[in-house]
Amino acid sequence: MIINHPLLGPRDSQEFTYLGDANLIDRPDWQAEDAVDQFHDYLYLRNNPAGAHRELWFHEQGDRSWLVVTRDTRTHEITAVELARDVARAKGRSK
Amino acid sequence: MHDLGSLTPLGGKTSKTDQIGAIGITEVTTTALASVSCRMGKAQAFATAATALFGGPLPGPGQSTKGDPYGVIWTGPEQWFAEAPFDSHEDIAKTLKAGLGDTASVTEQTDGWVRFDVSGATVVDLLERLCPVPARQMQTGAATRTVVEHMGCLVICRAAGAQFSILAPRSYAASLHHALVTAARSIA
Repeated sequence: MIINHPLLGPRDSQEFTYLGDANLIDRPDWQAEDAVDQFHDYLYLRNNPAGAHRELWFHEQGDRSWLVVTRDTRTHEITAVELARDVARAKGRSK
Repeated sequence: MHDLGSLTPLGGKTSKTDQIGAIGITEVTTTALASVSCRMGKAQAFATAATALFGGPLPGPGQSTKGDPYGVIWTGPEQWFAEAPFDSHEDIAKTLKAGLGDTASVTEQTDGWVRFDVSGATVVDLLERLCPVPARQMQTGAATRTVVEHMGCLVICRAAGAQFSILAPRSYAASLHHALVTAARSIA
């Protein structure tokens, strides 16, 4: 499998490690009233789509950036690769 | 006074050189190395300071620049390695820190890495056996981190198709040397 890194171009998947669902970026506010419930959902509830899935990959043996990869779970076809940094910033996180 | 001699990453008193067929493998110990990371919110000031210090703009992703005395290698977003001759820049981290001030974090790396220079007519065949980077397409100055026999290494193209540097963490020196020599023998 080849991942088309936004900065470095096509790279072999053996350079990457996989973390999981990209929703892990959306860490809940720990000071919220219902923080316990929110963290329960954040930790344990996952969609399991047969189709497009947004997931976090780490370019461990490369430039060590986190990526959000959109992959079809049925065919392994990768349709989009973004820097996780850009995704988080687009949501107004960590300027 | 103690009279202590320095050892190379492979443990010798002088650097090791191998010639296997057309491929030369040289342990290089004459380079001082430091990492430079731009600090958050200081990108603009850092770019100005770095351009002045290194005598030109910093290399972009997958690239390196060669200057006098500093060579700069892109290693990650907002992070670079700077190299310079060891004899004149033994205290490279201190010199860089003085030039960059609080715009960047600088860390000494000289003794943390082992560098092998591989050269020769069949050097691309060697790299194709060892790592997943497109060595045949790499232009002079291309540089990237990748995997060489399960070891995270930095591969720098010094002369397209002819000379490459491979940097690995120092404790991998013997393993990387073994990998290089074994692959070179399979070609020779």
